[in-house]
Amino acid sequence: MSFLIRTDGVTTSAGRRALLGGSGLLLSGTAVALLAGRSVRAAERAGSAAQDTRILNTALGAELEAIAAYQLGADSGLLQKPVRDLALTFQGQHRAHADLLASTVTKLGGKPVAAKDKYNFPTETLKTQADVLRFAAMLEKGAVSAYLGAVPVFGNRDLAKAAASILGDEAMHWAILRNALGEVPVPEAFVA
Amino acid sequence: MNVARLRAGALALALAAATAAAAPAPSASGAAATPGPAAASGATVASGAAAASGSAALHGDAARGERIYDRCQACHALAYDRTGPRHCGLFGRKAGSVPGFPYSDAMKRSGIVWNAQTLDRFLADPTGVVPGTAMGYAGVKDAKERADLIAYLAQANRSAACRGG
Repeated sequence: MSFLIRTDGVTTSAGRRALLGGSGLLLSGTAVALLAGRSVRAAERAGSAAQDTRILNTALGAELEAIAAYQLGADSGLLQKPVRDLALTFQGQHRAHADLLASTVTKLGGKPVAAKDKYNFPTETLKTQADVLRFAAMLEKGAVSAYLGAVPVFGNRDLAKAAASILGDEAMHWAILRNALGEVPVPEAFVA
Repeated sequence: MNVARLRAGALALALAAATAAAAPAPSASGAAATPGPAAASGATVASGAAAASGSAALHGDAARGERIYDRCQACHALAYDRTGPRHCGLFGRKAGSVPGFPYSDAMKRSGIVWNAQTLDRFLADPTGVVPGTAMGYAGVKDAKERADLIAYLAQANRSAACRGG
């Protein structure tokens, strides 16, 4: 849009002369908007959205790995039924997180990462139910830290809020897994 | 309890940083708090074992660093790639160079070679030092925690867990 177009759509030649007279330049709509700070803000928003998309996709990759890890545990034959049921419940919640993250990436114009064909899991160390629970607890603890680190860097505060909501869910998983291992469920007042 | 103190200390530091961020900007003579991409790529000469023995690694406590490394384990492992790349072989490695790992273009182009100094700068502010990195993480703001973490990574890289990796 030209700076010289009035709101009623009529070009004002006097205005054009006035603008051209001083510098010999006609300011484009982009330049005018830039001077007004609007394009800077638009660029910031675009950059922020791109960063948000990257953060969401990284989180999505971790959620997809968690889904696979719980499947590994459920299929291991090492979990007693109530524990296996719990693992599948947690897996379903990770799937809900992944679905939300993937749809949000798409809404932001990005391409959601896909699950890998194969994940590297330390299967050689998983010999007992406690080993599986400890492995899951390690993943959940890491996820809590990852979301905690992501919340402050989201440009969109609604996304930060959503990430904080997922963080809370994964902190509950971590606490219950610790409890199942006979550890103090909530060992500290703060997470890091 | 040491871990409790560590976390409470980290939170206090975060709150202090937030308070400082809300305060008026320092004068031109004030020290720059956040390194930029150029700062990261400017420290790319040291490599290998000599790099790992930088001051951050020397002054860090690897045992404390191992506990801090728990935070990284949503995405990283020592010996194999996950959502993030493996950490075995980190020191002296060019950023974005683990074969087959799908790095961001920004990381591949960063020019960083990982050593104690470059890790210290990156870990303080990943998205500020490498804009466009896939590591959307606010960073480890406490310099002592970073030193501990780097000391642990250096120790782990000398361990059997990494010797085969």
